[in-house]
Amino acid sequence: MPGSSDPGFDTLALHAGAAPDPATGARAVPIHLSTSFVFESSEHAASLFNMERSGHVYSRISNPTNAVFEERVAALEGGAGAIATASGQAALHLAVSTIAGAGSHIVASSALYGGSHNLLHYTLGRFGIETTFVKPGDIDAWRAAIRPNTRLLFGETLGNPGLDVLDIPTVSTLAHEHGLPLLVDSTFTTPWLMKPFDHGADLVFHSATKFLSGHGTVIGGVLVDSGQFDWERSGRFPELTQAYDGFHGMVFSEESTVGAFLLRARREGLRDFGACMSPHTAWLILQGIETLPLRMARHIENTRKVVAFLAGQKMVEAIGYPELESHPSHALAKRLLPRGCGSVFSFNLRGSRAQGVAFIEALKIFSHLANVGDCRSLVIHPASTTHFRMDDAALAQAGITAGTIRLSIGLEDADDLIDDLKRALKLAEKAGA
Amino acid sequence: MELDIKGHAPAYAYTGGKPFAAALPCVVFIHGALNDHSVWTLLARWCAHHGHGVLAVDQPGHGRSGGMPLESVEALADWVFALLDAAGVQQAALVGHSMGSLIALEAASRAPERVSRLVMMGTAYPMKVSEALLTTARDAPLKAIDMVNAFSHSGMAAKPSFPGPGAWLHGGDRALMRRVQASQRDTNLFHHDFSLCDRYAHGMEAAALVQCPVDVVLGARDQMTVPKQAREIALALKARVSTVDAGHALMGEAPDAVLAALRRALG
Repeated sequence: MPGSSDPGFDTLALHAGAAPDPATGARAVPIHLSTSFVFESSEHAASLFNMERSGHVYSRISNPTNAVFEERVAALEGGAGAIATASGQAALHLAVSTIAGAGSHIVASSALYGGSHNLLHYTLGRFGIETTFVKPGDIDAWRAAIRPNTRLLFGETLGNPGLDVLDIPTVSTLAHEHGLPLLVDSTFTTPWLMKPFDHGADLVFHSATKFLSGHGTVIGGVLVDSGQFDWERSGRFPELTQAYDGFHGMVFSEESTVGAFLLRARREGLRDFGACMSPHTAWLILQGIETLPLRMARHIENTRKVVAFLAGQKMVEAIGYPELESHPSHALAKRLLPRGCGSVFSFNLRGSRAQGVAFIEALKIFSHLANVGDCRSLVIHPASTTHFRMDDAALAQAGITAGTIRLSIGLEDADDLIDDLKRALKLAEKAGA
Repeated sequence: MELDIKGHAPAYAYTGGKPFAAALPCVVFIHGALNDHSVWTLLARWCAHHGHGVLAVDQPGHGRSGGMPLESVEALADWVFALLDAAGVQQAALVGHSMGSLIALEAASRAPERVSRLVMMGTAYPMKVSEALLTTARDAPLKAIDMVNAFSHSGMAAKPSFPGPGAWLHGGDRALMRRVQASQRDTNLFHHDFSLCDRYAHGMEAAALVQCPVDVVLGARDQMTVPKQAREIALALKARVSTVDAGHALMGEAPDAVLAALRRALG
């Protein structure tokens, strides 16, 4: 630095937002476990509160360790900035609550993580924010669902549970034609596989619990703004373009042409809802991000080997991975996800619910739990866990069968993972005999 | 606030979070190429809350100001006085960054009695632009934006972050340049602004006419306007020179150090 182009992804993953600590020389990012920060003087205090200076006051609003994490993720996504949150759910809530309120409407993909669906369909509905769900690939449905009070379009880069690839270029163009931003949950892909901003998305969030952290240790989220959406021109967002009595009468779009959304999100949503991240959590996720490029490459390499293995097994009747030609999003995946389609996917086991249970219980390396994106391989059988109350007909409605198995492929030796799956498939087959 | 400027399209000026008061000592902030007022917001807010009337302008054809971009540094200098007239201000301190510093210099020479202080940040004279960059700006402006953005930042961790914690300055500055560039459909604003810097040839004559105290604030690691390229003009202006640990985007990379230099300059 400086050069004629910004640093590459791997360099940013290690350095963006961080420099040796000026007080101690510490090379690694220090954990600033301090609720608050001493003012140099009364004048300094006033200038911080009044946004005449940049700096930290109270760790619910900002913290030096969190700022490194935020700036690093923003750098990796190609955004203007970011806000760390207590969880991915908190990041989604912060995004929505910053630009929507009672009477607002959202158009969302129907292929969402269950937690996101709950928030939009049940919880936000109780607060007067209504959501229309559309199939992610049905562009006409997206268009038809937009109303005068719509404030946001929202989808996942890889939808749940079938890994439908969101056509971000098309959906973002549609959003922009209506003066609306597109928010994308990029948890399953991470910026290493795809940068949604390059394809037209305006806001991105992650459950940083998953691949960004990568080690299954902490819960966290992060919301990133591209800085590209023109809130003024849209005319639909008085929260950002008119004076806000809750913060010095500030007009956020005047304060920062490209950072208005994040200013309001931090100065209102983080301040008032308070779903902030612990600096210790930020530090742990930073450790994960430093090796994100290496881990993602290995996740993809292992996933491709496991998918190839499963494709040849008679007990496996369908694999939902977009790199396979049989997947409905295959062409889109080739265009938008050339580095790979993540390491979380489902397949259907031939057989009964009991055989699904037998398969899960036979696995020795795959851990049976409700998470994804860990460095360790994970597995879950929806019919006996997350969806156990449903009968087979209801499961079918949700796109799940009695034998659906979801895998999250980790960083172990691929041969060991395949041996584990091979043995479990045999035992599942015997359980049906 | 929006100002009706005689002979020009209405212009926007950010007033630092307080209503503009023409009776207070006025500070005019003038942004650089392909930027807008938002590069000044921390400094502008500080000034507005410490006894100054603030006009952080969007130049014609930039940001929220209407009209076409003006054709020369000299024309923009005249526009600054038209703006002051519209605001009811007789005399002001002029603070300019990069291209804006040339506009401020030229203005201070054209009506010395109307300029109380001159502060030139991230400046050089002559402000020549390489033929390669001008060609890229003309043919591939988005690529040129990336080049300039990379050259303008001295590192990957400017603290305290601008405009606040969590902001990634590289990304914010790139988004701003893209936004300003996209706002003009009929003009390649990048090429226009950089050509304007390159063509300005009246700097030494202007310096001889300046009568007010002058401060030059430089980024020690500036690769766009390298500090040594400001030496001659600073000498001619008998300027006080302050150097901060930053690159060309010094207001973003070193906001506290730049504020300290500005406070010295404004007395």
